[in-house]
Amino acid sequence: MNHLGTNFYEAVSVILFGIGFMNLLLQNNLIKKFIGLNIMDTAVYLFLAAKGYIWGRVAPILTDGIVDASYYVNPIPAGLVLTGIVVSVSVTAFSLALVQRLYMHYGTLNMDEIMKISREEEGE
Amino acid sequence: MEHINWIHNIPFFSIFLAMLCGIITALVKNGRLAFKIHSIMVFIIFVMSVILLISVVKNNEIFTFMMGHFPAPWGNELRAGPLEALMAVTFSIVMLLTVSGGSEFIFKDVVPEKQPLYFIMLNALFGAMLALVYTNDIFTAYVFIEINTIASCALIMAKGTPQSMVGTTHYLVISLLGSGLFLLGVCILYSITGHLLFPQMKEAILEIIKTEQYRLPLLVVTGFMFIGIAIKSALFPFHSMLPGAYHSAIPTSSGILSGLVLKSYIILGIKLIYCVFSAEVMHTLKITEVLFVFGLAGMVMGSVYAMRERKMKRMLAYSSVAQIGYIYMGIGMGSRVGMTAACFHILAHAITKTLLFLCCGSFVEDSGGKEKIYHMRGAALRNPLAGIGYTVGALSMIGIPLLAGFISKIYFATASVYSSGKMAAVLIILGVSMVLNALYFLPSVIAIWTPEKGVEMKPVSSVSPLFAVSIVGFILLNFVLGVCYRPITRIIQMSIELLAQ
Amino acid sequence: MGEKKSFWKHLKAWVDGEEVILDADKYIVSRSVKEKKNWGGRYSMENIKGNKKLYGFLSVAISVLFIGIMLSVVNDLPEFGNPSNPANNEVMERYLESGIEETGAINFVAGMILDYRAFDTFGESNVLFLAVMCVVLLLKKDKNNYSEKEEAENWEDDYFDENEKRPILKVGGKLLAPLIILYGIYVILNGHLSPGGGFSGGTIIGAGLILYASAYGQKKMQTFFTFRTFTLICVACLLTYCACKSYSFFTGANHVGYEIPKGIPGNILSSGFILPLNICVGLIVACTMYGFYALFTKGDI
Repeated sequence: MNHLGTNFYEAVSVILFGIGFMNLLLQNNLIKKFIGLNIMDTAVYLFLAAKGYIWGRVAPILTDGIVDASYYVNPIPAGLVLTGIVVSVSVTAFSLALVQRLYMHYGTLNMDEIMKISREEEGE
Repeated sequence: MEHINWIHNIPFFSIFLAMLCGIITALVKNGRLAFKIHSIMVFIIFVMSVILLISVVKNNEIFTFMMGHFPAPWGNELRAGPLEALMAVTFSIVMLLTVSGGSEFIFKDVVPEKQPLYFIMLNALFGAMLALVYTNDIFTAYVFIEINTIASCALIMAKGTPQSMVGTTHYLVISLLGSGLFLLGVCILYSITGHLLFPQMKEAILEIIKTEQYRLPLLVVTGFMFIGIAIKSALFPFHSMLPGAYHSAIPTSSGILSGLVLKSYIILGIKLIYCVFSAEVMHTLKITEVLFVFGLAGMVMGSVYAMRERKMKRMLAYSSVAQIGYIYMGIGMGSRVGMTAACFHILAHAITKTLLFLCCGSFVEDSGGKEKIYHMRGAALRNPLAGIGYTVGALSMIGIPLLAGFISKIYFATASVYSSGKMAAVLIILGVSMVLNALYFLPSVIAIWTPEKGVEMKPVSSVSPLFAVSIVGFILLNFVLGVCYRPITRIIQMSIELLAQ
Repeated sequence: MGEKKSFWKHLKAWVDGEEVILDADKYIVSRSVKEKKNWGGRYSMENIKGNKKLYGFLSVAISVLFIGIMLSVVNDLPEFGNPSNPANNEVMERYLESGIEETGAINFVAGMILDYRAFDTFGESNVLFLAVMCVVLLLKKDKNNYSEKEEAENWEDDYFDENEKRPILKVGGKLLAPLIILYGIYVILNGHLSPGGGFSGGTIIGAGLILYASAYGQKKMQTFFTFRTFTLICVACLLTYCACKSYSFFTGANHVGYEIPKGIPGNILSSGFILPLNICVGLIVACTMYGFYALFTKGDI
């Protein structure tokens, strides 16, 4: 099997996932870290959306009254992506709220510095 | 109208009742009322789960429950057998005892107007854990994993101190990484099997193994999903989120997170092993071996970290890492006996670690917020009940006979005999780990019973009755599991045989 | 021998429950010196630069390794767009061929997420609800989360909201917000007939509310949208959702009568529970989106 040439959507999505992961590991700034996480999520949705497509078929909404499974693309990945997007929105909102609280107390967004200051405070 | 089998509805009722209480609590303005709603809900679920457990054990059955009008490959499904029912019973009883025993911590540490929100999170967390235990659909599992993540992060940061925010951020980033990997695994698995429900996936996977097509994707997917679950349940190299989070959270939250939330992911993992990948496939893909090695490493390293720690809660957090290592070692043995030991250890650890966290929280409160073991000298004399609880918990973790921890260690040792080539490793590491456990738990026990020189220790007059009841309940449970363990292990063995069919 | 003695001393100190570090005085002195240091950005970078390089290298290596493994997996995955892939099986066929009779929805995706796999979607709306409650838990003003500076800024914002002219924004907001909200309502109500549904429509309505709030200030929003209304709408919608789905799950699983008319596919009033569920989800999402905005800017709704 050699589908790398045809599966370029999937290939791009896994590269994006890797970029997001790298961002998560390398960035010190918390907001950039969470952007990395978002890139990872989006990459997974691209992957899923690509898996649902079938050549030459149309979106899964009844058109011209045709009830035939070989006329529409696969609706399942679309539903999964929808669920996934909502989850990722919620998680992003939660993490940004956390970042806001952290910034209010520590005055910085740098994770290393925050860890250090908090360790100092704890040590007393 | 046909006859309705009410008992088969129990899993569905439990999940929806917990979620419903979570939603209704948003209208409540008073923390105490929210606490009452929560306790009543958990108690009802406890009773229902006991009925379910008795019924499934009596009929020796495992049943699926259709969520909606559409049968298996089209609609969602729940699935309940003895293992699921046993876990639901354990989760509800531990939840009930922990939250009622730790309610004083909640009312003290959380700002009054936000206490109902804390209980929303507890209810939702409980519902999500039940859903993870009962689910028979991998995407439902993913959605409820996310609910679990959000709710457990909320429990950590409910205290509102900057430290708890830092702990939450750490916990959130690492658990999101875990769920991201799990989601990626789900997507690839869907694209090679075409199904989302466990039984259909299992058939497709057996087909893949036979035809050798998509062999590499299957291996990588299995790896990703189990790495995801391992990250979520804090297996050794991924444990870094635990100490900060547990240290800065309210003791009640730490107890629930360490005793129950980590376990719910492990149970999902066990269900995946048997119902999706099947034990043989796991064995041919060598995933169990990897889990076994990391489990062994976790057992030693968790204890080593715990020894170096001078703060009690952080020590308990590292001890959780070691105990999670035990469970993964049992799973990694790849035999049913090993799995039985692992499941028993899940129960033993759930009741013991929550007890330890509650007692530890009470010591910290008595000593005026100081957290080092050094500052807790004589704490047990001030609060004898918590002292006894801590002692029993610590002895159980070390593995003293008559207590739950001893039985699980016996089972691990017995299980090692059945898995060829792993016996020596298991026995040696088990011995080393027990010595290490003793090395860090005994000093803390001695410390809390030795009075500080020149300071007179007076017992604290006010121990809240709920706290007393829950500590006594946990101690009794520990002895029950340690003495009459036969029926429980029989249920676990039976359920694993049913699952593996 | 000396080493052993010190080990025993360690152990004894430990069993006594004392500090493990023996020469604690020195330790305390050195720590107090450390505390005087300024934890500025430069210090931390200089101190761990060596490690930083290794760390960076390792992270890049792990990511590249990951991409490599995944590319080889993608190489082995089913071909893109091929109708005979494993994912295109009987599950999808039934969703597409019997979807209209069984759910009454013309939009197959809506039928799938709100009827066939409704349990997932129930979990998903709970995730949204929990997230907004978490944000409330984090950002709503209380004694742990209060700074005078922010209070002053909020006061300034209110002052500008009242006294500034902002003609373009205000006129634009007045004209556009109702249109946007109307469009959102259209998307929600046609969720089972056309692309869209509760989530997308709710987001659009939320955007309209945010536009209005940023043009006229949150004081004005609070005349009709307070925290109380917010919770009431969310809870009412979720309870409706929960009730509808419990009814449908219970009747479905126990094979007892299910008396919800499907209507004629293609009409607005059709497809059983899907329309009310879409409305519930839409309201929750709209409230949530506006709630996020309000909590992030002001710390209150």
